[in-house]
Amino acid sequence: MYKYDTYDQEMVDTRVAEFRDQVERRLAGKLTEEQFRPLRLKNGLYQQLHAYMLRVAIPYGTLSSKQMRMLAEIARKYDRDYGHFTTRQNIQYNWIKLEDMPDLLADLASVEMHAIQTSGNCIRNISSDQFAGAAADEVADPRPYAELLRQWSSFHPEFSHLPRKFKIAVIASDEDRAAMRLHDIGIQIVKNDAGEIGARYYAGGGMGRTPMIAPLIRDFVPAEELVSYAEAIMRVYNRYGRRDNKYKARIKILVHEMGAEQFIEEVDAEFEHLQGQNIDAPAAELERIIGYFEDPAYETGLSDEIDRSDPDFAVWLDQNVHAHKQPGYAIATISLKPVGGIPGDASSAQMDVMADLMEQYSFDECRVTHAQNIVLPHIRKQDLYAVWQKLVDADLASPNLDLISDIIACPGLDYCSLANARSIPVAQKIAKRFADIDRQKELGELKLKISGCINACGHHHAGHIGILGVDRKGVENYQLLLGGSGAEDVSLAKITGPGFDEDGIVDAVEKVTDVYVAEREDGERFVDTYRRLGMEPFKEALYG
Amino acid sequence: MKILTGNDLRTGDVVWWTGYDWSRHVSDAAEMGDNAPDVMAREVAKRVVNDCYLVDAERTENGILPVHIKEKVRATGPTVRPDLKIAPPDPAAGNWVI
Repeated sequence: MYKYDTYDQEMVDTRVAEFRDQVERRLAGKLTEEQFRPLRLKNGLYQQLHAYMLRVAIPYGTLSSKQMRMLAEIARKYDRDYGHFTTRQNIQYNWIKLEDMPDLLADLASVEMHAIQTSGNCIRNISSDQFAGAAADEVADPRPYAELLRQWSSFHPEFSHLPRKFKIAVIASDEDRAAMRLHDIGIQIVKNDAGEIGARYYAGGGMGRTPMIAPLIRDFVPAEELVSYAEAIMRVYNRYGRRDNKYKARIKILVHEMGAEQFIEEVDAEFEHLQGQNIDAPAAELERIIGYFEDPAYETGLSDEIDRSDPDFAVWLDQNVHAHKQPGYAIATISLKPVGGIPGDASSAQMDVMADLMEQYSFDECRVTHAQNIVLPHIRKQDLYAVWQKLVDADLASPNLDLISDIIACPGLDYCSLANARSIPVAQKIAKRFADIDRQKELGELKLKISGCINACGHHHAGHIGILGVDRKGVENYQLLLGGSGAEDVSLAKITGPGFDEDGIVDAVEKVTDVYVAEREDGERFVDTYRRLGMEPFKEALYG
Repeated sequence: MKILTGNDLRTGDVVWWTGYDWSRHVSDAAEMGDNAPDVMAREVAKRVVNDCYLVDAERTENGILPVHIKEKVRATGPTVRPDLKIAPPDPAAGNWVI
């Protein structure tokens, strides 16, 4: 994985020293909260419902064991012994004290981490495919390209005051595991007919109160022009994006109102203008970055046989383990969704266990997924049973990946000052209702996603089943949506009708799954049946 | 009735105005009268509590509680982590929120 050079480290260390001074001045009363707020937000520190919340950046979701151990140590030392992995592949701490922040950031910097650009109207942490570098279906590892864009966007003065926040995802396979087209810019690394690596650009996607699927903007940009094409898009957005209304300020609104064709013309003109201005990194720099992401030292000649005699292990194996590009290896996903648990939460002790497993079994690496799980990307198949046993001991072996209890849920009203309704208790009740793993497997792939407000951090528009919590005259109410997908078959879910109370929404989920079970044809997933039948039979079951 | 709340600068904790100081326990909150703007202005100027504002509250059998669910959750802690709830004088008050 990428290692900081002296420039990277100096930038992060300088920021820590700068923020230390700012915190001291704030605590001494020399800065007002109005003056200090933008400074703390630039370091990922929000004021949330109960306390300060710190969001730490995890570039493209990749962590080393040393970094994971530091995240555990921060949870122990500065927080309440746990952290929350987010739908942007980051981690959040819910109980941080302002006076601890400088030392905390210094601890993060000691393992090449920071909280920069996890807030504010800038280019946020860049997300990617959690199977990057391990998947058999990718044309290249997408992370070097994400890293190049990270370096380009970090502290970029032209893009530090955008109309709104800006999110980029980079993938490199036809299977989209990163909800790429629901980002402000979605990039798919591809090969052209000549075998050259380049980028397919999508722009203008997003969730939030106005969900949109990003249209294709350019089919192929040579890899050496990756940055200048991104810069062209950013310049068009910065110039024409609305600043008069924050709800209409995202690039998706600009692309929609301008129309994709005219937007493309503007970007192409800007791209032409940038030619010859040395915006792009030298080829040697991209090669240097690619060098950090080369394959680990896989053993060869390993057996692909796995002893499935333990039935509980076999269930986990079938559900949470994916094929690896290297014979003898597999990709294992650790579910952070135990029945009755809080989606995405991990205790410091669990983080330490995961760090141990990364170090011992997975070439010292893991990935955070946008579905709030953790991936061990390179496990020898012969080690899977030992890994699983250790996960069982740490309550990390839920065999429910992509099943109905593998629920994405935002922190909701239990933690978030923007939320209108609680998300976590609904997720817990649904998971308990469908706790029987055989029943879950019978339902098959079913992506259920819950947001506690219209900002859609829980990706409810992209759920096969989505739930949106709203405030209805001071009472929590939950709208049900069907038919969304964040994958390569991307689609936006539609609302079924009037909402439900907390228990009613659990019943409603069960009713729509009952319709699916009754109506499905061979091989159909829930979302396939919905697409074939449409909304009516589901509405009929819900509202009679 | 109205009660005054904010967040402690150093810790970020939710705090409630008691009439003479700030408390982490909503049960200590004082009903605010016509002097609310003066208190808010004075306390904001001290720069030890952030984002002061008034919330609607009511006297219940469990003591003073905000009316709106968001402020109730703020007052008592996350409903999904009973171990992290703010300990009120009444041990059963952890179940107040919902």
